[in-house]
Amino acid sequence: MTTLPNSTDKKLGLVIDLDVCVGCHACVVNCKEWNTGGYGAPLADEDAYGSAPSGAWLNRIHTFEITPEDAPASIVHFPKSCLHCEDAPCVTVCPTGASYKRTDDGIVLVDEDKCIGCGLCAWACPYGAREMDPVENVMKKCTLCVDRIYNENIPEVDRVPACVRTCPAEARHFGDFSDPNSDVSRMVADRGGFDLMPEQNTKPVNKYLPPRPKSHPSDPSPSISKSDAINAKGFLGWVDRALEKL
Amino acid sequence: MHPAISVIFFTVSSGAGFGFLAMLGLGVPMPNGPLAAFIASAIAVGLAVVGLLSSTFHLGHPERAWRAFTQWRSSWLSREGVCAVVTLGLYGVYGLNWIFSDERIAWLGYLVSFGSILTVFTTAMIYAQLRTVPAWNSWMTPVCYLLFSITCGVMLVAAFGEWNRVASHSTLSIILGLLVVAWAMKIIWWRNADLSTLQARGSDTGTATGLGGIGNVKLLERPHTGENYLTREMVHKVGRKHANKLRMIALGFGAVVPILICLLQILFEMSVAFLSLAFLSLLFGLFVERWLFFAEAKHAVSLYYD
Amino acid sequence: MKRQERDLDTSPHVSDEVRKTTCYMCACRCGINVHLRNDENGNPKVRYIEGNRDHPVNKGVLCAKGSAGIMQHYSPARLMKPLLRVGERGKGEFKEIEWDEALDIAAAWLGKIRTTNPRRLAFFTGRDQSQSLTGWWAQQFGTPNYAAHGGFCSVNMAAGGIYTFGGAFWEFGSPDWNRTELFMIFGVAEDHDSNPIKLGLSKLKKRGVKVIGVNPVRTGYNAIADEWVGITPGTDGLFVMSLVHELLKAGKVDLDYLIRYSNAPWLVIQNKNGKDHGLIARDRKGDPLVIDRKSGKAVSSRKKGVKPNLKGQVKLSGGRKAVPVFQLMAEKYLEEQYSPESIANETGVPATQTRRIASELAEAAFEKEIVVEQPWVDLKGEKHDRMIGRPVTFHAMRGISAHSNGFQTCRAIHLLQILLGSIDCPGGYRFKPPYPRPIASQPRPHGGFSPNTPFRGPHLGFISDPKELVLEDDGVTPQRIDKAFSWDAPLASHGLMHSVISNAHAKDPYEIEVLFLYMANMSWNSSMNSSGVMEMLKDKDENGNYVIPKIIYSDAYNSEMVAFADLVLPDTTYLERHDCISLLDRPICEPEILADSIRWPVVDPATQGEERDVRGFQSALLDLGHRIGLPGMVKDDGKAMFKDYADYIVNHERRPGVGPLAGWRGADGSKTGRGEPNPDQLNRYIENGGFFETEVPKEASYFKHANQAWQDWAVEMGLQDKPVENIFQLYLEPLRKFQLCAEGKAEPQPPESHRERIKTCFDPLPVWYPPFEGEAVEKGEFPYHALTQRPAAMYHSWGSQNAWLRQIHGTNPLYVPGKICDEAGLKTGDWAWLTSHHGKIKVPIVRMEAVNERTIWTWNAIGKRSGAWNLDPDAPEAKKGFLMNHLIKELLPEKGDGLRWSNSDPITGQAAWFDLRVRIEKADDQEGPSLPQFETQARQRLTPVNIEYGKEWTK
Ligand SMILES: Nc1nc2c(c(=O)[nH]1)N[C@H]1C(S)=C(S)[C@@H](COP(=O)(O)OP(=O)(O)OC[C@H]3O[C@@H](n4cnc5c(=O)[nH]c(N)nc54)[C@H](O)[C@@H]3O)O[C@H]1N2
Ligand SMILES: Nc1nc2c(c(=O)[nH]1)N[C@H]1C(S)=C(S)[C@@H](COP(=O)(O)OP(=O)(O)OC[C@H]3O[C@@H](n4cnc5c(=O)[nH]c(N)nc54)[C@H](O)[C@@H]3O)O[C@H]1N2
Ligand code: SF4
Ligand code: SF4
Ligand code: SF4
Ligand code: SF4
Ligand code: SF4
Ligand SMILES: [Mo]
Repeated sequence: MTTLPNSTDKKLGLVIDLDVCVGCHACVVNCKEWNTGGYGAPLADEDAYGSAPSGAWLNRIHTFEITPEDAPASIVHFPKSCLHCEDAPCVTVCPTGASYKRTDDGIVLVDEDKCIGCGLCAWACPYGAREMDPVENVMKKCTLCVDRIYNENIPEVDRVPACVRTCPAEARHFGDFSDPNSDVSRMVADRGGFDLMPEQNTKPVNKYLPPRPKSHPSDPSPSISKSDAINAKGFLGWVDRALEKL
Repeated sequence: MHPAISVIFFTVSSGAGFGFLAMLGLGVPMPNGPLAAFIASAIAVGLAVVGLLSSTFHLGHPERAWRAFTQWRSSWLSREGVCAVVTLGLYGVYGLNWIFSDERIAWLGYLVSFGSILTVFTTAMIYAQLRTVPAWNSWMTPVCYLLFSITCGVMLVAAFGEWNRVASHSTLSIILGLLVVAWAMKIIWWRNADLSTLQARGSDTGTATGLGGIGNVKLLERPHTGENYLTREMVHKVGRKHANKLRMIALGFGAVVPILICLLQILFEMSVAFLSLAFLSLLFGLFVERWLFFAEAKHAVSLYYD
Repeated sequence: MKRQERDLDTSPHVSDEVRKTTCYMCACRCGINVHLRNDENGNPKVRYIEGNRDHPVNKGVLCAKGSAGIMQHYSPARLMKPLLRVGERGKGEFKEIEWDEALDIAAAWLGKIRTTNPRRLAFFTGRDQSQSLTGWWAQQFGTPNYAAHGGFCSVNMAAGGIYTFGGAFWEFGSPDWNRTELFMIFGVAEDHDSNPIKLGLSKLKKRGVKVIGVNPVRTGYNAIADEWVGITPGTDGLFVMSLVHELLKAGKVDLDYLIRYSNAPWLVIQNKNGKDHGLIARDRKGDPLVIDRKSGKAVSSRKKGVKPNLKGQVKLSGGRKAVPVFQLMAEKYLEEQYSPESIANETGVPATQTRRIASELAEAAFEKEIVVEQPWVDLKGEKHDRMIGRPVTFHAMRGISAHSNGFQTCRAIHLLQILLGSIDCPGGYRFKPPYPRPIASQPRPHGGFSPNTPFRGPHLGFISDPKELVLEDDGVTPQRIDKAFSWDAPLASHGLMHSVISNAHAKDPYEIEVLFLYMANMSWNSSMNSSGVMEMLKDKDENGNYVIPKIIYSDAYNSEMVAFADLVLPDTTYLERHDCISLLDRPICEPEILADSIRWPVVDPATQGEERDVRGFQSALLDLGHRIGLPGMVKDDGKAMFKDYADYIVNHERRPGVGPLAGWRGADGSKTGRGEPNPDQLNRYIENGGFFETEVPKEASYFKHANQAWQDWAVEMGLQDKPVENIFQLYLEPLRKFQLCAEGKAEPQPPESHRERIKTCFDPLPVWYPPFEGEAVEKGEFPYHALTQRPAAMYHSWGSQNAWLRQIHGTNPLYVPGKICDEAGLKTGDWAWLTSHHGKIKVPIVRMEAVNERTIWTWNAIGKRSGAWNLDPDAPEAKKGFLMNHLIKELLPEKGDGLRWSNSDPITGQAAWFDLRVRIEKADDQEGPSLPQFETQARQRLTPVNIEYGKEWTK
């Protein structure tokens, strides 16, 4: 059903903390290995050992360079997977009903058995969160690990998305944004979490936390609070007095 | 966007086909006799169907294409499918009746015309609805699609209806008028497209990453060193110079040549056969126009990739 | 109304069985849960690998490489059977042979050498994690020529630390992530502690603790650092000394800590032209002297209750004088040459930044003191009610160590830590067991050899006197093929694997017969001058024989090095063999936890690919030892002592009761650390998730260098046999002894060519001198620095055969600072020539701003030889990717005297990869491929085109 639900019971999604993401790609590869034997068709790799290898992935890390006017350039590693938008244009454009947003938790999914591989949903997504599988020719996207988060065959602590469980820097957090007291909602409130391209009116559920401000090389130096009277008799004079106190 | 041949062919060919169908449905004058009815129907339906079939080459699972009729409530692509099939079905009845009885059922014809126009409109809306591609995301897109479709239809009507004769000045004037209006609209569309950049819509790498407040944001490393589906599909680039040249070619073949032919016909009363030439030239011009429609379009995803 | 949605199974079956073992996609050695599920043929296949939540190293997380383990394990580049070379060396043409034949050939080659001249074997093991086995094997064989890869990796870090305070960064210690208040990280892109560092950084971020990254390049950890110091490569020593200068000036040093734990009060003899000038003044027993604050006299530092002074001067016999180390040190670093202004130009660090960082260090250390309410007793018997700490931490790695001044720079950082009183205290740097291990408790290197006789002791170790160099009787000629512990590299604690091939080729100091390598891609990314090394390996003498006569190599994959071997022993993948990550080797402990672990065959190679007939290298090595008849590997009845490596792990004893594994020892598994072998030991490990851990007692958790409880526990656990005194060596007397030799005042005498550099570089107090290559080349000609960094998602050359990882890093552009781009007319996408004094390479470039403006860099080891790793000969790794190593020469440019020094740290011999100097020009021909290109290496197997991993389970 490609009309969107009026509202969802929960709003499950991710918070991604750009202040700590080191760009290690752990989440990228773990996502791939979890999903390639799991939900839907495998995530295929074309020309895997050849001259132009290319595969389907549900999560990717971009690296951006930021040049402020008056400070040295900096780098931000930028993970991106489906944002499970509330007004998901990828769902409404789908001609087959393969794309849908779950009423229970807001997860946006593709029912691959229905998908005709027209690619229109990928065109409709501003974020590049959908990729056509090169071998099975069906649309793949982040499932928010719907086959983990409720899975009774795995221990309860592990019922979080694979990318969240594996992230060594703990830059990814999973939770329910419809609950203002959830960890993720709190993080967003405390750290000024933001939407990507709000002007696209997709109302993404996933939020990003900004990098914290950096020190500038010429920030003023609070001169070291000098140990008492070091100047009077020079350094060794100070040593004398300091030793007396020991 | 990646200019896929199947999609270019689809939009141009089925646009022309449905344009012609719309005219046939309106009951425009046609030569009498079953043969003429059959040939006209075959050309109209052929163009429409070949176009539609070609669009299925673009699908990963054409065998499931029937599913695309289910989501007409929300999806323009689905609507397009439904409209096309319904219209063709209606025309089936209309056309068969015409061939066999040499009569055209007027009310059915109007339905076919309406269906054809709607089909072209829905085709255009598949693109025009996409906020992700600002150049397409405008009311002008369906207007252009419709004008080109009608122009094609009228040209076919003229070429066909006045077969072996000299086209009447009034028909030629209508064609001339349509050509001028359609391409004028396209020129306005181009201008609009040039202005409707992602930036103009308020999207840039800064908003795409949310980091624009810190400074100038520039991609340093793509997520993977090779290409991927997104870069192949949505991060296609044509050089400015290249694009301008192609626009001239589209205008040359799509507007200048047909207009010249029409003018020559008005002045020298030449055989209507030349109109077919004009039509072919227009089609070629439209292929180039459509190639550019895709190739020039910048998708929001490119903000993450260049 | 409930909308119609797909009926979705949200609890699908995941796997049939989970087996817990240890990752080996890199040397971090995380715990992994390997989910197995049967394929259509009923063979177990890896469904999913995740981090083991209980594991002390990774605590559940898993990096990109670890997560790509599936593709590593099923790589089509895997070797399948032993290989015997049929074509010329370098081509990669082999025939497959049986194991028996392969081991007999090896045994014949090696057996002959052993009975005639065992040193004609050079046995070097690269990324070896079984050095306690391979080292022991080499000892039993009797060759002096054994080492692992530490010499080209980070011996500066290990030696700099161990000589200074009995620990090191690297994997011997870690910041107190939970308590520190300021963290400075120097020259690290990934390090061996890949996951723990990331986990640690995230802890700091959560607590809002400031992270300062010192690195010419601002990627990775430096990208998230709150402050970035974009230092000029090779100048960290100066920067650190300037921080020391500032702290001294402000009196922000922990005098109490210095007196208790360091040699700051020790007296240094001042006797300008004497033979003892600069040595530590000692009493007759050899104990260092200090100035007694009360009497002002020189007394033994061991005298009970002595309160030493840190300044002053005493007269010694013979009119000599002596002053405390601390005073020498203070005088030195207070000099104006170390002021922030003086160093700003050389380091590229603005004076304001240096000064502010110094003040932040002081503030964190002295105003945010940490108190842990835990009584403890020091080695002098003094009771302390609590543990008080200075919460500043540092970490450093190859950005410091891979320079020719790395040893001293590393020492400078440790000196800074010690001055701040922040080693092994709450909030500071913490030792990981079995460290601390000062050189007093470390072995000395051994020398000598004779036919059919085991070597006299460990090959590697720590020398404290020039007399311990491993030289021939002439006092100059090295005994070892790699010239470790010679005048070239006196403190070469890890050997010099990177010089083996060029020395063997030059027959300098002598010829060898068999080069036996394990797990090291020496013809490619692990050598300097890779093109030259390939030629050396292929080179023939006038009779048409190879100059290096025989090469045996063990690899698991068709790497570049395989092509140069005469005999290849195919190893298993990490999921198919027994391994042990032993306390006798490179441990995996965390500060509070003593731990070791195993790998075990979670899948059987026979089920993991057709005709696969591979063996764990260690088992093959033991078999080989048995065939040659090495002592300890043969029973009296001639049978093999150990069935395989698993048998060895369980039953081998290094010292009575101490074996490879510390857990579940004793016949019934009830003992820890020491105890007789337990036949069920491996099962106990497997039941426990593949590892063993035990907690360090709370009263031993800090101040281990001086903590009685720690010493007792370490002895109990078998980490050491008796308590060891560990006094931090701000002043490193052994270096002064080398200087005395160089000054002609002591024996033995170094060759003339080495005198000057020993005098300047072997300063007993940390000293900075410019990296050698930059001094040896014309500066204007090679104005820029060129570096490599490890990509987090790749492990050296291994990753490129991995279908997933190679999509992330299939090529490596050269990142060029905007300023250099503008000067050279370069823009992203251009091809450029990068030239060093040794050669030039053609590479694609990308413009970058967040980098030191004189530093060009690329990702390490992405470039591949065409055809290697069974990749398509036109793979992007070969055609666009490139290797910086072609530009790095193993020798420095010739000096006036015709002599060439090795491109290494003069103290440890550590390869100076990052001293590289270059210039860059836009290439005339703006087309690829990258250059140089090499003849395509023969591929061993055809590779699949498309992969749909896991397809059998998805429908
Ligand atoms: N330019 C430049 N060069 C450098 C460095 C640098 O920073 N810059 N770094 C240097 C450093 S620190 C190091 S440590 C070296 C690393 O260099 P190496 O230690 O040579 O590292 P690898 O390329 O990983 O090569 C190890 C070999 O082990 C093989 N192997 C992998 N798994 C197994 C296994 O299970 N069994 C067996 N038998 N073999 C296996 C691989 O196939 C590969 O051929 O590179 C050095 N070279
Ligand atoms: N993912 C991954 N992890 C690995 C490895 C791998 O190949 N891949 N290899 C393992 C091995 S063998 C090793 S030795 C370790 C090495 O781990 P690292 O020490 O992290 O080694 P490099 O990547 O060589 O990083 C060197 C860093 O030092 C910086 N640098 C260079 N020169 C200077 C300098 O003069 N001053 C300062 N301050 N910085 C400088 C470089 O920019 C770079 O960031 O990593 C281990 N871990
Ligand atoms: S695993 Fe975490 S730190 Fe690594 S790239 Fe992904 S989000 Fe960033
Ligand atoms: S991120 Fe893209 S794919 Fe995901 S819900 Fe939003 S629009 Fe759809
Ligand atoms: S590709 Fe599949 S999911 Fe996407 S719009 Fe087409 S049918 Fe729907
Ligand atoms: S939530 Fe699951 S599917 Fe989505 S990016 Fe993370 S691991 Fe991949
Ligand atoms: S850091 Fe990654 S590759 Fe290395 S052992 Fe841990 S999980 Fe494996
Ligand atoms: Mo290394």
